[in-house]
Amino acid sequence: MPDAKPLHDGLFSWPDAPSTLMGSRCLDCGEHAFPSQKSCRACSGQNMTAADLGNEGVLWTWTIQSFMPKTPYHTDETPETFKPYGVGYIELACGLKVESRLRENQAEQLKIGMPMKLEIITVRKDDEGSDLLTFQFCASEEQG
Amino acid sequence: MDVAIVGLGMHPFGRTPSMTGLEQGAAAARAALADAGVDFKRMEFAYGGSQDGGNADSLVNLLGLTGLQFTNVANGCATGGSSLHGAYSAIKSGQYDIGLVVGFDKHERGAFNAKPADWGLDDWYGETGLMLTTQYFGMKIQRYMHDHGISRETLIRVAEKAFRNGSLTPTAWRQAALSWEEIENAPMVSEPLNKFMFCSPAEGGCALIVCRADIAHQFHPRPIYLKTAVVRSRNYGSFEVFSPSQPPEVAHSPTVTASQAAFELAGVGPEDIDVAQLQDTEVGAEIMHMAENGFCEHGDQENWLAEGVTEITGRLPVNTDGGCLANGEPVGASGLRQVHEICVQLRGEGGARQVAGDPQVGYTHVYGAPGISGVNILAR
Repeated sequence: MPDAKPLHDGLFSWPDAPSTLMGSRCLDCGEHAFPSQKSCRACSGQNMTAADLGNEGVLWTWTIQSFMPKTPYHTDETPETFKPYGVGYIELACGLKVESRLRENQAEQLKIGMPMKLEIITVRKDDEGSDLLTFQFCASEEQG
Repeated sequence: MDVAIVGLGMHPFGRTPSMTGLEQGAAAARAALADAGVDFKRMEFAYGGSQDGGNADSLVNLLGLTGLQFTNVANGCATGGSSLHGAYSAIKSGQYDIGLVVGFDKHERGAFNAKPADWGLDDWYGETGLMLTTQYFGMKIQRYMHDHGISRETLIRVAEKAFRNGSLTPTAWRQAALSWEEIENAPMVSEPLNKFMFCSPAEGGCALIVCRADIAHQFHPRPIYLKTAVVRSRNYGSFEVFSPSQPPEVAHSPTVTASQAAFELAGVGPEDIDVAQLQDTEVGAEIMHMAENGFCEHGDQENWLAEGVTEITGRLPVNTDGGCLANGEPVGASGLRQVHEICVQLRGEGGARQVAGDPQVGYTHVYGAPGISGVNILAR
């Protein structure tokens, strides 16, 4: 995807492959945050550093978005082309749970505790025709 | 100084195309004033809130420009609880004798479309489709069902009870009871919650007249005493709406901290409560809030609902007027409707939905984004 860029900078590494989630860690109390924070929600400290949060985790909870959201939702979809998408929290190795769109969009495909991996997807095209990218998680391949 | 509620007023929840939200608030305020037999001129202060219906203090244009202290409150779904807390403190401090608490709203149809910047979030969160309260509610009960063995049948039972109670409540929006099959087969909104398991944004107004306990009988023969009013926000680790990430340890919700503080301040326990209102934005919320407010252990809800413990005829009737599910949720008014209903029950004016056995102590719990809970304990 040469003509592509993140919808929002700083959420995931790009164009490095494989991409990983980018967050922050508090040097005072050790708590992680995503997206990265300038101050710590746990201890109120301001001694933060960047942290690579990896690209794997397990599904902590999930739902399915079955109708097309109103604004501020902004994709190239129409009510006719809208496809339901999964939403879940992925528990990462550091313990932090990150909210994410899920590739899976049917109840039978999703189970709490299943291994998940990061992937980068296109949200929409910008005015110049470039793909705007975000992250989502999907079932790890060993799960089939 | 103890605090009493001596006037109750409501403009029915639902849809009133002929009236603005503000007019519905004024109608509720006038009804509450009439119930207490007092003029608006006598009000020394007011606390009011509305999310989409305009500034609450604009009500003076409809009720009279008397120069009273009027404070606008904006605390999401917990606006009503926060407004009543303001009035409670105003009387409790000895500064004022009598005042008005009022909430109203008029929302568009469909789910709320919150703006990320209002919540300290960047635009990507909303643009990629994560900024929906319905998703959060689905995900919280999904995990709760996994952890505590709650079945889909229990979700259906809560909806069934709500619409049955709504059918007994003349001011409720949803006046028709729904069958098990109608609820079970409704279109899915956000797994595991379907259309009849969510409340809808609505319209309506609700108002209370609050005064010093020692003058309460001047206004109403059966004052209801507000034993305590507590509002708490979220702690680090509490699982809340609009959270791009959650810390490793799940902490107590603000409902737990508000409830514990309220019971301690009022000097009563969950076993003393005769009738309760628990925030039921959706059926999972009512289930989780039963335990978060200390009425049962996590997982007990499965048996409680099957045995009818929270029915009007049960040991702890919950949401006797059908709650948010049957009344809809005009955000500014919703928390006050809960208090209104408990006062109706404690006065013995519940009609077809009256709890038997002369209830003495009632409880209300409101919860709002992004993690605010308000608890009130009321007694005759």
